Amino acid sequence: MEEFAKLLEALVYTSSRNRKLTLIARYLRETPDPDRGWAMAALTGEIDFPAVKANTFRNLMKERVDPVLWSLSRDFVGDTAETASLLWPDNPAVETNAPSLAEVVDTLSALTRKSAPAELPKLLNRLEENERFALIKFATGGMRIGVSARLAKTAFSQAFDVPVEEVEEYWHALDAPYAELFAWAADGGDPPDVMGRPMFRPFMLAHPLEDVAIDKGVDLAEYAAEWKWDGIRVQLVRVAGETRLYSRSGDDISATFPELLDVLSIDAVVDGELMVRGDVQGGETGSDKQGGAASFNALQQRLGRKTVSKKMLAEAPAFVRLYDVLLLEGADLREQTWEQRRAALEAFMPRLPDSHFDLSNLVEARDFAHLAEIREGTREDAIEGLMLKRRDAPYIAGRKVGLWYKWKRDPLLIDCVLMYAQRGSGKRSSFYSDYTFGCWDGDPDSGAELLPVGKAYSGFTDAELKKLDKLVRQTTLNRFGPVREVERTLVFEVAFDSVHTSKRHKSGLAMRFPRIHRIRWDKPVHEADRIESLRSLIRD
Amino acid sequence: MSAPFSWIRPEPWGIHIVPADCWVDPGRAVDKALVTHGHADHARGGHGETYATPETLAIMALRYRTGAADDAGEIPHKAMPVEYGETVRLSGGVDATYIPAGHVLGSAQVLLEHAGERVIITGDYKRRADPTCKPFEVTPCDIFITEATFGLPVFTHPPIEDEMAKLLQALTDHPDQCVLVGAYALGKAQRVIAELRAAGHTQPIYLHGAMEKMCRLYEEHGVNLGELRLVADAEKNDMRGHIIIAPPSAMNTTWSRRLPDPITAMASGWMRVRQRARQRGVELPLVISDHADWNELTRTIEEVDPTETWITHGREEALLRWCELGQRKARALALVGREDEDE
Repeated sequence: MEEFAKLLEALVYTSSRNRKLTLIARYLRETPDPDRGWAMAALTGEIDFPAVKANTFRNLMKERVDPVLWSLSRDFVGDTAETASLLWPDNPAVETNAPSLAEVVDTLSALTRKSAPAELPKLLNRLEENERFALIKFATGGMRIGVSARLAKTAFSQAFDVPVEEVEEYWHALDAPYAELFAWAADGGDPPDVMGRPMFRPFMLAHPLEDVAIDKGVDLAEYAAEWKWDGIRVQLVRVAGETRLYSRSGDDISATFPELLDVLSIDAVVDGELMVRGDVQGGETGSDKQGGAASFNALQQRLGRKTVSKKMLAEAPAFVRLYDVLLLEGADLREQTWEQRRAALEAFMPRLPDSHFDLSNLVEARDFAHLAEIREGTREDAIEGLMLKRRDAPYIAGRKVGLWYKWKRDPLLIDCVLMYAQRGSGKRSSFYSDYTFGCWDGDPDSGAELLPVGKAYSGFTDAELKKLDKLVRQTTLNRFGPVREVERTLVFEVAFDSVHTSKRHKSGLAMRFPRIHRIRWDKPVHEADRIESLRSLIRD
Repeated sequence: MSAPFSWIRPEPWGIHIVPADCWVDPGRAVDKALVTHGHADHARGGHGETYATPETLAIMALRYRTGAADDAGEIPHKAMPVEYGETVRLSGGVDATYIPAGHVLGSAQVLLEHAGERVIITGDYKRRADPTCKPFEVTPCDIFITEATFGLPVFTHPPIEDEMAKLLQALTDHPDQCVLVGAYALGKAQRVIAELRAAGHTQPIYLHGAMEKMCRLYEEHGVNLGELRLVADAEKNDMRGHIIIAPPSAMNTTWSRRLPDPITAMASGWMRVRQRARQRGVELPLVISDHADWNELTRTIEEVDPTETWITHGREEALLRWCELGQRKARALALVGREDEDE
């Protein structure tokens, strides 16, 4: 625990990626099993102790600290684990002797919701401040210390000089504390045996296509164009009769979409877009085989659920629109070109039930101008833009330059007025960085009011953030905890992907992925848009 | 007879002592000002009569040197020195006594007495030992007007010896680099140097040019800072293995490029919060503050035990809540222009 706490502390104060890699790699080489495996599980977000949640610690603190003082502290610090670790009373009567991570895992795993409030204080009392911080982060997951799962795996590969792609592949087939993985990488043992396990293969990803790239001669003839569907990217894996569904980050989401688990009757690994049925998206590109998909809004109702009701299965059934095939009946196709894999996928389609699968169609275009015209011609909700895939490229995990491009359609824009600002968390905990904005419910010159329509916390530079923070502090009308209501003085040009009816806002509207496009320091607020302009953009 | 304490009136830009027509730490130029200490958010130039300790007046003279073309219209004030423990009689029957506040060299609490009522305005203060200034003195009063810069229970400043040990350890661990310590030019910088000397560090310490005059002023007032050198006069390689002190505002500027592989440290009470340190790109946070931490604030209120506590600036909500929980009468004053330490 001591060494892990020191590692976290060092990582917090290191911004250089290379320094972070060095720190983690050194820790992994110097720390014995199974502690280093548990540390990796924590850094990659694969730890879950059902009886211990952020709320467990919050409740512990509220028994020891006045709730108002707790909230004020938490708002300022921006992180529950850190606030709790700072506020937990140092007990000079108790000799601090930090347990090993393995011991912590044993203790935490044995906890129940009932026993946790009595047992956790005993653990915390044995620790110093930075160890308490590490313990709470470890116990609740979600480290938020600027280390991604990918970075941790890269550090692992550097520590033991093994290829990161192999680490990624084995990773998802193994469980913490990854004894087989360390035996292979650190101690020169046999590679983990993962064949015959329905494991996740890292996705091939795309770079955004900038206009520059078009000018600089990306040759359309070498690429196939395909719609970029607006669902969630998934990988469906079937090995030896067992089927699993993985999300983009490699999370197992099989339980959320049970209808997809018994429809693949052949051992295969396929890559596609998961969507739900609906009539918003009727027969795109003129093919009557391209069935209808509902908007992302409909899909969202089904995400993140651990169990699914029969009603939900009937009303919003999921299907997968296939992009690619990675493995098929024991053969690994990833070394083959996109064209070969596409042919294999097309040949494979008739063996799949129409009810749960269809094929993502290709888009034919003469040149970029034509393609741009097609891209702009569509405003359907189920399309996010276009993909360009190099015809002779193999399926390579990660983002490799020049192979795949995504070309999102231009966002919708609307002028809104800043109404409320909230302090951010993490790095932004001292900045008012989350902005709620509104549109007029009528003519602002004849007494119309602003109604909130959305909230955004991205799309501006650090310098702009400073300026916005200053404005918020100077024009505050009211304070509600971490939220400030401000004078209506500033117009944001807000970009968003789509807008839907919603009961959450008083305006009855909710935007999808709103972000600040431009800050209109120059624009008078009465020239901002009206609710009805936004409503006219609904496609539900 | 007027209502109790109606003679003292908090306004957004300062505290007005009505019968004397005099202001404490006013944010705009006034005819008569009582200044608690030399930091720019409390001491500004351009007043008429300025009452302050001789040390504070010396600091102000250094900062608001007048007569130059680029002085932005600063008018020379009339210096009215008040020694610690000395009482001056202002007009309207108001007496002002200056009492050490332990914040920086020359810093004072101002005790105001009128019609049998006693009010203390602390300015900024701390309760820990500081080799560069006189310690805070607890003085009884009716109304205690306190700062609350670190008025949240998460702020507990560790012993400064621990932080010095961290700093010196970094120097030992990286003999081919230097450690750049961001520290406020008035007070913090000199305190860090004096504490390093107390910890047995006899090596020369390199300074950013903006610190030089203030360090000399401290030495003239009897604070021994050991051998100081200017970064501007040094060769890059000579600074390897040494400590460099610069104001926080200079740390991420092109100035720092002349330093040999600096490890960025910052001496500030905010360093207690990890995300604050990360925001500033700090690699070595040193939790050192010239302000009272949460325990010092609450302990001071208990020791002074006033009938009423007014809170001038900082995290006033939490301190108000603490007062409420202890059934102490308190209110927050919304003073403008008071800055957070190092921001």
